[in-house]
Amino acid sequence: MATFREWCIRLWQTLRGRRADGDLEEELRSHLAMAAEDEQRRGHSPAAAVRASRIDAGGVTQTLDALRDQRGLPWLESLAKDSRYALRALRRSPTFTVVALLTLAIGIGANTAVFSVVNSVLLKPLPYPDADRLVAVWHTAPGAPGVATVSGGLRLSQSMYVTYAEENRTFEAIGLWAAAAMTVTGLAEPEQVRGVVVSDGTLQALNVPPIAGRWLLAADQKPGAPATVMLGYGYWQRRFGGDRSVIGRTITVGSRPRTVVGIMPQGFRIVTAEPELIVLGPLVRSQLTLSGFGYEAVARLKPGVTIAEADADIARMVPIWMRSWPTLSGADPRVYEGWRITPAIRPLKLDVIGNVGDVLWVLMGTIGIVLLIACANVANLMLVRAEGRQQELAVRAALGASAGRIVRALLLESVWLGLLGGALGVGLAYGALRVLVTMGPANLPRMNEIAIDARALGFAAAVSLLSGVLFGLIPALKYRGPRIAAALHGGGRTASASRDRHRARGALVIAQVSLALVLLVSAGLMIRTFQALRAVDPGVTHPEQLQTMRISIPVALIADAERAERTQNAIVDALAAIPGVTSVGFTTMMPVEGLAPDWDAVTAEDQPLTAGETPPMRLLKYVSPGLFQTAGTRMIAGRDYTWTDLYARRPVVIVSENLARELWATPAAALGKRLRSLPTVPWREVIGVVQDVRDNGVHAPAPATVYWPAMTESLYSPGQTNVVRNVTFAVRSHAAGTEGLLNQMRQAVWSVNANLPLASVRTMQEIYDQSLARTSFTLVMLAIAGAMALVLGIVGIYGVIAYSVSQRTREIGIRLALGAQPGALKTMFVRHALALAGAGVAIGLVAATGLSRLMSSLLYGVSPLDPVTFGAVPVLLVAAIMVASYLPARRAAAVDPVNALKAE
Amino acid sequence: MSNRDTAKADILQGTLDLMILHTLDTLGPLHGYAIAARLEQVSGGAHRLNMGTLYPGLMRLEQRGFVRGKWGVTDSNRKARFYVITAAGRRQLATEKAEWDRTAAIMQTLLNEPR
Repeated sequence: MATFREWCIRLWQTLRGRRADGDLEEELRSHLAMAAEDEQRRGHSPAAAVRASRIDAGGVTQTLDALRDQRGLPWLESLAKDSRYALRALRRSPTFTVVALLTLAIGIGANTAVFSVVNSVLLKPLPYPDADRLVAVWHTAPGAPGVATVSGGLRLSQSMYVTYAEENRTFEAIGLWAAAAMTVTGLAEPEQVRGVVVSDGTLQALNVPPIAGRWLLAADQKPGAPATVMLGYGYWQRRFGGDRSVIGRTITVGSRPRTVVGIMPQGFRIVTAEPELIVLGPLVRSQLTLSGFGYEAVARLKPGVTIAEADADIARMVPIWMRSWPTLSGADPRVYEGWRITPAIRPLKLDVIGNVGDVLWVLMGTIGIVLLIACANVANLMLVRAEGRQQELAVRAALGASAGRIVRALLLESVWLGLLGGALGVGLAYGALRVLVTMGPANLPRMNEIAIDARALGFAAAVSLLSGVLFGLIPALKYRGPRIAAALHGGGRTASASRDRHRARGALVIAQVSLALVLLVSAGLMIRTFQALRAVDPGVTHPEQLQTMRISIPVALIADAERAERTQNAIVDALAAIPGVTSVGFTTMMPVEGLAPDWDAVTAEDQPLTAGETPPMRLLKYVSPGLFQTAGTRMIAGRDYTWTDLYARRPVVIVSENLARELWATPAAALGKRLRSLPTVPWREVIGVVQDVRDNGVHAPAPATVYWPAMTESLYSPGQTNVVRNVTFAVRSHAAGTEGLLNQMRQAVWSVNANLPLASVRTMQEIYDQSLARTSFTLVMLAIAGAMALVLGIVGIYGVIAYSVSQRTREIGIRLALGAQPGALKTMFVRHALALAGAGVAIGLVAATGLSRLMSSLLYGVSPLDPVTFGAVPVLLVAAIMVASYLPARRAAAVDPVNALKAE
Repeated sequence: MSNRDTAKADILQGTLDLMILHTLDTLGPLHGYAIAARLEQVSGGAHRLNMGTLYPGLMRLEQRGFVRGKWGVTDSNRKARFYVITAAGRRQLATEKAEWDRTAAIMQTLLNEPR
């Protein structure tokens, strides 16, 4: 205890407020004076007294030394002294310092930036209290192929939620959620906003308190209670200017007036959705059936409960659920037993992150390689510098510094270089992250949480320190101890650069080249992937000429289904009338639009199901006549719908090519066959087969799709008309994307009905770009890393050759004087560079063959050992290096032999 | 310091704390020279306390909080730094005294063993 306290005080005294030297000296002098007085009293003369007292008392200088050692922490003080010396030395060679700092800043900064992203997105817990207890409730259904695989699992139906909420033993809270576009009318313009429909328990599970008001409660749904809504922070600021008095006001959402009861804090998300409005989904127990698996669920586990226990709990509740609710009319209740619904609960974090982890770790790896290359560059620079400091180090050794002390001083220099470069790098990283957040891919999860926090700063400090030690070690180890005589003589005259150093620099360059090759190969593979993706026929032609917009017709606006249909028809006509528009259509969902898809099973008449067999799930869409023509999707067999088909409610259907081939072997054979969704609705005849459309993105296979007509008899309740109220209109025109066309489109829509809100106005190309955003982001990042590696590698080789030329100036002079051809000299240096490059490329190719396998999850249409990439990249790299070495080699040939022999 | 002095200083340092603390405890606040003079007097002139031993020792005691130093004025109007023992110092004195007594008793018994 005493030693710790003593240590603290000594540390304190080192830093501030210590007893100053003057203070100590005064005390000692006073001691000596008193001793002299005493001697005098004993009878000595004043002079003798002083002398005697000095002898007895001991030396002031030695005492002061002892006191100083006791006072502070000597090692800390010597460290501070060495650091000051190191910083002075760095200031004395500004070119070296600036180049080294920049190189390190870029390397460390890039690493810090990527680590911040990895940290914020993958490592940090979700922004909810006690987030590790939050789980997403999913099921698998091995007995029903196609049901669960389409979206990573089987979602919940409302009846499932009610059963789980009431019967569970392991959840503190459980709730449903689903993203839904909502229309807000009554304020300025009708507006479509991003809403989330939740059930009771969702907000409780997430447990984020509102910044004003209260959560939505189950009591809000009692009959007679006013409907409620919560606002998201962004929408509250945008629409209501951040005015707190909005709580208690009524806004019209969709068909109903709702009272605002609360406001959620900034950045609040329900899993992946950032809601502008939150409403409770309608839940009428008497109308619930087993089906309707359209909701995602979040749950908070009770403290101490594991996921395995929760899984077991749900497995127990599934049979209870099956017994408790009726099925949709006509469906066989035993079907669900055949599905073998199994719980598959997973941590909520996995749902939020998705599969972005692959990309991020690959990025981390590549940027780490760039840092290694940067360190190799700086190490090379330091080796050069070390050669120039032989004399200085020899003097220090002659003055008594031990070899260890000198090595420590050299390492301290490089560590300081690393730390300063790291500090600059953090600044660069901060700027880079700002740029990333503004320009970054929209579907990178948790983008709003990306920031440089304490962990990222700690990472930056650690990386700076390690880099400093790494590139400082090489010249420090090369320091063989004092060779005083040789160095002090100015031995540089008679000897050229030591062979040893030259080998070290060559080795560093080889390492740089091989690392650069690995990076360039991975960048090349990504470029090829991108090319392959772009070459895929998505089923939509010329997407840049296709303008889309989302229009929904809420029940409050036009209650009658027939009138809603005619409105949609009128909109199509109005849009088609715009000059320049060649074709118009609408559908529930365009490809890769990012909306929740509709899935269901259909049965073919000539292929009846055997008992207990579950038909696979198909993607469902509703389309208007002309949509296929507008989108450019080819009709392979049969014909498109006509408006007569729709108004006459003819029982017809169009299918995709892969579905036709699956059921009836050829598209032609499909025409005339009949299928239906439920046994209780009439059969529908296949009148057309269209080409496959890559709905899930260009890299996923096209799903088997059924295209129902936009206006039709209800597929689930016979006798009722079905109208799709939320559709995407597609307009083909050369002016797609221009403000002029958009204005005309708005006018056209509002001429039909002035209250219809338009949303999500984008060209098909923009929709595609957004779906490819993640791949293009990876590509851009890897390209940047590859470019940095290439530049650093070239600079490295240039440096080596240039230095070699300057060191061998005398030798070149002699050769030229003896009659050598300048051309032969140039070749000599270029050959040296090629030898280094060749070795680097060879090693790099071996490394790349092994490492590219790690990237395979990001590649599409190209093997990790793609011969084109592996052939082109080395050629490119060697060519660049040849150019880089040619320039200094040319200088060798231009050496004037007379000057060379004269100079030192 | 010469080698001989170094050896002496090492032996002294173990007992130096005890001697200083005891002196300050019995005689009250003293300055550095007075402590050295007192110890010299007690040992009958045999131990001359070196500045290089005494003052680092005093600084160590001050760092551990056993004594507190303050500038003051001597009887002959000379400026000097006075040291006073603290409560923690008194506790430490008692501990070290007990330790010393124990060691002395053991050595006594050991060295006076009958052959």
